[in-house]
Amino acid sequence: MQLFFQLVVDGLASGAIYASLALALVLIFRATRIVNFGQGEMATFSAYCAWQLCEWGMPMTPSFLVVGALAFLLGIGVFRFVIRPVSKAPVEAVVVVTLGLFVVFQALSLWLWGSDQRAFPSMFPNVGWDLLGVRVTASAVGIVGVLLGLAVATGAIFRFTRLGLAMRASAYDGEKSLLVGIPVERMLMLGWGFAAVIGFVAAVLVGPRLFLSPTMMMPILLYALASATLGGWDSPLGAMIGGLIVGVAESLGATFLPFIGADLRVVIPILVTLLVLLVRPVGLFGTRTVVKL
Amino acid sequence: MTMLQVRGLSAGYGAADVLHGVDFSVEQGTIVALLGSNGAGKTTTLRALSGLIPARGTIEFCGSDLNRRNAAQRVVLGLAHIPQGRGTFGDFTVEENLAAGAYTIGDKRQVAADIERWYAAFPRLAERRRQQAGSLSGGEQQMLALARALMSRPKLLMCDEPSLGLAPAITEEIFEIFKSLNREHGMTLLIVEQNADLTLQFADTAHVLESGSFTASGAARDLLGSEAVQQSYLGV
Repeated sequence: MQLFFQLVVDGLASGAIYASLALALVLIFRATRIVNFGQGEMATFSAYCAWQLCEWGMPMTPSFLVVGALAFLLGIGVFRFVIRPVSKAPVEAVVVVTLGLFVVFQALSLWLWGSDQRAFPSMFPNVGWDLLGVRVTASAVGIVGVLLGLAVATGAIFRFTRLGLAMRASAYDGEKSLLVGIPVERMLMLGWGFAAVIGFVAAVLVGPRLFLSPTMMMPILLYALASATLGGWDSPLGAMIGGLIVGVAESLGATFLPFIGADLRVVIPILVTLLVLLVRPVGLFGTRTVVKL
Repeated sequence: MTMLQVRGLSAGYGAADVLHGVDFSVEQGTIVALLGSNGAGKTTTLRALSGLIPARGTIEFCGSDLNRRNAAQRVVLGLAHIPQGRGTFGDFTVEENLAAGAYTIGDKRQVAADIERWYAAFPRLAERRRQQAGSLSGGEQQMLALARALMSRPKLLMCDEPSLGLAPAITEEIFEIFKSLNREHGMTLLIVEQNADLTLQFADTAHVLESGSFTASGAARDLLGSEAVQQSYLGV
């Protein structure tokens, strides 16, 4: 039983990371009906920038804040110069473009920083507590805390602010939003900016656990895609809960299902995706049927 | 005073024009009707005016050249467009719809006061303020669309087929609201309709569109029951 709870705690911590990236994916999908396959690699690139600033001697907190702002501009720039020109193209073309973002940003990280793994600084102290035989680390608590913070912040922005209302309206129906005077394109651009920042947060959380490398976010993207599918592509809350479920399922499955084990654990998100698509294609919290892709 | 002056307006979708160079004007404080059958170009006219589709020709609104402004900027200038099918956000509550309608208004107190003002005018909306707009009846949705458009404090209110999908009694109620907005608040209205008989009773001026051009224009009471209007619908 102790082992079970230990695995749940570990699973929640990694699930919170999947949930953050899934949140970024869902925010963009809701607003533009685009799955940004490049989200993880954009986040890796931002994480490298933060690592570089730290290497150059800037303290961790300010360098994270600076790169957070840079990530926001990166998201805006990608939307403005890469996505907007193809926004009227068929969905297959847009998929190829976001796969292109994946390739470009991974190659950029590889070209600038090489394939060596780098140690990434952690925001959380290296301590832990023993709760009834279950080891709870500060980093696990911190990661889940950051996810909760993201959840509360995005929820509050969407529900209580004029900007959030305008972003929701733009995501719901661009033409109707224009008719009430909402600058829809600016809202979509902001959405891409926010998503890039959230992706960067996910990379900052995962960096100390995995080591920084150009392919660091690839498995995370897979888990995040599964989380978004599980939670529902049009539900930010669903994506976050989906992430936690996928994290726990992965952690438990790898230990308790002997035919999976540690080597095949990456099969778990794929199984989750398959199961959701068979049983409830809109996901747990999704409402609208997603027809394409 | 002329509020809207349109000259040689042509617009369409893709390569083909639906609208072939129409001229008309809307005087401040009047109700102007655009009549015509399906496909005559009525909706295209409104979409060109509000900037949803590109158009050629000149559109002058309260002294500004609208061709230089995008759709969102035209709302700021005082142009409101209630599209066909209401244009409400079905997933949003009634109150969120009203708040979205006031996006261009910076003053929060004014927005709150306007929301209460339109709740007072439309008590049924006040009862349903926390309900999703999509769950309202057709008539209530049209009232919500109207109240939402008024939240932006427009100078000219354009409404596309308000009668669509409504029972005759409800349609009449909506037109009575238009009339009182016009009389009591001096609101200028441009109404697109297929229901010519009803609209001509409420409008001051009317234009009849057929295949993208005007076939008749004049005072509404002169067009009521006229041959030109009947021809455009029956094609005789």
